[in-house]
Amino acid sequence: MQITLESLPAIALGCTVMAGGGGGDPRIGHLMAEEAIRVLGPVDVYQLDDLEPDDLLLPCGMIGAPTVMVEKFPNGGEGRAIRDVYEQIYGREVKAVMPFEMGGINGVLPIAWAAHAGLPMVDGDFMGRAFPELQMLTPHLFGMSGCPAVITDERLQTIVYRTMDNEWLEKLARNSVATFGGSACGGLYPMTAAEARLPIIPGTVSLAEKLGRAVRSDRDDPLQAISEVIPVFRLGVGKVTDVERRTSGGFVRGFASIEGINQDKGTVFRLEFQNENLVVLKGDELLATVPDVITLLDYHTAHGIVTEGIRYGQRVLIVAFPSPEAWTTPEGIAVVGPRAFGYDFDYVGVETRYG
Amino acid sequence: MGDAPWRIGIDVGGTNTDAVVLDSDDRLLSRVKTSTTEDVSSGVVTALRLVIRGLNSPVSNIGHVMLGTTHATNAILQRKDLYRVAMVRIGGPATRSIPPLAGWPDDIRSSITCGEAVIDGGVEMTGEPLVPLDEGAARAFLGSVAGQAEAVAIAGVFSPVVADQELRVEQIAREEIGEIPISLSHEIGSLGLLERENACVLNATLTGVARRVVDGLTSAIAANGITAKAYVAQNDGTLMGLDYVRRYPVLTIGSGPTNSMRGATYLAGLMDALVIDVGGTSTDIGIISNGFPRESATAVEVGGVRTNFRMPDLVSVAIGGGTVIADDSTGLRLGPESVGYRILDEALVFGGSTPTLTDAAVAGSRADFLGGPDQLKESADLLLRALTRSDLTVSEAVDRAKVSRKELPLIAVGGGSILIPDNIPGVSEVIRPDHYDVANAIGAAIASVSGEIDRVYKLGAGGRDEAVSDAFTTAKHEAVKAGADPNGVEIVDIEEVPLAYLTEPVIRIRVKAAGALKP
Repeated sequence: MQITLESLPAIALGCTVMAGGGGGDPRIGHLMAEEAIRVLGPVDVYQLDDLEPDDLLLPCGMIGAPTVMVEKFPNGGEGRAIRDVYEQIYGREVKAVMPFEMGGINGVLPIAWAAHAGLPMVDGDFMGRAFPELQMLTPHLFGMSGCPAVITDERLQTIVYRTMDNEWLEKLARNSVATFGGSACGGLYPMTAAEARLPIIPGTVSLAEKLGRAVRSDRDDPLQAISEVIPVFRLGVGKVTDVERRTSGGFVRGFASIEGINQDKGTVFRLEFQNENLVVLKGDELLATVPDVITLLDYHTAHGIVTEGIRYGQRVLIVAFPSPEAWTTPEGIAVVGPRAFGYDFDYVGVETRYG
Repeated sequence: MGDAPWRIGIDVGGTNTDAVVLDSDDRLLSRVKTSTTEDVSSGVVTALRLVIRGLNSPVSNIGHVMLGTTHATNAILQRKDLYRVAMVRIGGPATRSIPPLAGWPDDIRSSITCGEAVIDGGVEMTGEPLVPLDEGAARAFLGSVAGQAEAVAIAGVFSPVVADQELRVEQIAREEIGEIPISLSHEIGSLGLLERENACVLNATLTGVARRVVDGLTSAIAANGITAKAYVAQNDGTLMGLDYVRRYPVLTIGSGPTNSMRGATYLAGLMDALVIDVGGTSTDIGIISNGFPRESATAVEVGGVRTNFRMPDLVSVAIGGGTVIADDSTGLRLGPESVGYRILDEALVFGGSTPTLTDAAVAGSRADFLGGPDQLKESADLLLRALTRSDLTVSEAVDRAKVSRKELPLIAVGGGSILIPDNIPGVSEVIRPDHYDVANAIGAAIASVSGEIDRVYKLGAGGRDEAVSDAFTTAKHEAVKAGADPNGVEIVDIEEVPLAYLTEPVIRIRVKAAGALKP
């Protein structure tokens, strides 16, 4: 598989569907990758099996506010800078780039860096969606350390982190990112191909492409086209009638009220988010919760809507995708289940509820 | 001349050039509709001459002439009369991953640019420098394009926060190239570097067109013996003096819909309302709050180029008086084809053979001046079904245009507004004012002056209140700078968006202030 100018738009579109409302608008990452591929050629995509067990991988993405990136977007050489630091640390070559978060802008940024660094990209990631914090990556569940972690900015200044645990990494990195001006780029959880076997959520890059193509292929019934790619649960269809946002602890929390239309006329849905969509209710009835991927799709285009982009009057499909399996284990639920986000109820997957 | 109280509003649209004269109490004294001409300017001269002829008073009563025009849009769409632009982005080593003018259509790019450079510099959202400004690189590039460049565009990272570096590079451009038009991005667009940069380049390339508009208007006014002060309408519903038009011509793009919305609210005597402007081919719906159109938060394309300058947030649907009704094996279809100006020959009510939405409106007894529904008996079923469909499309579009659940009045203007039903969900009442067909020229005549800021604030000890108060002061200052009477400037719009994924609270605030013209 290769990422070309032809397949890139589908991947970017797929990243909006997989993001669960988080991870920011992929547009800047899409333009960067487009430019990189135009100048440097397509990016090869490898399965983990295509690599030698000992090959060193570089999981990477941006950290901080995607909204800052619309003004101060990257240099393009960040991926190369991070690779150079790892090669210095490990004394050997990095063999492939990997997106650590296949959702929003982070699904497409690593494509640009792979092109700039002349490396292939692995078909998989550590989230299978978007999440807000650095310990919300699958390797954390297996007791793996995010360190040595490397953060760099567009000036290609680099910081290497060796912290006592991943929570400290999150705290320290978040502060550096603020000092760097609100957005920066990072490499985390460096590991070999053999080590990646356990935590990787495989196939998510090709999945994004398939989802993007599905959405574009059937303009009349994109949801049907999506369901032919992965299981998807249609929770409702409605119109956004109210949105409220407030910042707390560096996150934007809030909710949207969605009044049912068509077959859902007469019902009111409530979507709660913290950067990403967390839970959706119909009246008092809980329909879906994290870690299932809850996404609002534009009713007309089926493009995924980021939480910053929810506006009064939008016609939306409320859908949920079953969570990647790694997040539904007791360890996974402890980190990204509803209680981890302050809710007083347990996770019940959409497949159990409606399957 | 300063106390001469009357105003002339002129609006140049795709089909018609309209002009109106309002007295000091904004009463309509004279109105005229003429055809828009190929060169635009001669149509303006004609409209001005005819509207003055309709007055029974000396022209010395006229103090202001306001023009809303499509000159700039046409120049870009037709790639005509555009200046060659040298583009400087101040943003390296950041932003090098996407070059300037990325994604522009090739033909407009090749007819505009004579070189682009990305030089080191720019600031953070806090205003601290990213890296020191590389003046040497700026000088070298600008020196190399001297003689080819007819205009310069300069855009720096976070320049809406701190503009010093754009101003410094402007100075260097003057030293290297001399007196040519220079456009600075912080004066033109808001946050979003690529879109602001695009708008800045478009602005620079339009400065030649702007000069001609200004000269044409000035001589048309003089030719009619008027000594009034002239203004041009911008896309946010406020006015620019002619010296501003020379500097910011891109801001005139999209002033047409804005003027019709402002004119409509004025005619209906309202400050908060929905406005629906129904033409022959399409319908625009927008929302007016505090007397100003709500602006779009998303990018707007002009001639295939993505920009983020201030445009009214419109919902457009392909429904108009001339929209063709078709009913075949695939079912009932409305448009998007329209008979346009041929409606007088082709519509059923005028003896033609093409069913249009005007026929549907007559069949539904919404317009009786054409002879009534009797003559349409044969097609009544089709026409009434079409009208139901049209109503559905309109009410859905009206709802999409709204920003809250609150019911609002809807003001219907434009020649095709007979299509609009009296009952629409979410609409408290449908208002059909007199002179609804020259609402745009009236909108130009009553326009005021505004100032705006769009800035990112890190919330310090003073918290949100301090940030908002700073934003208010700056916006009011901008309005006064643009020519508003300092005594009457008010905040008309505020929007706050918190930024996610940061350690400390940061908000982006957009504020607009506006006031009446200084007498």
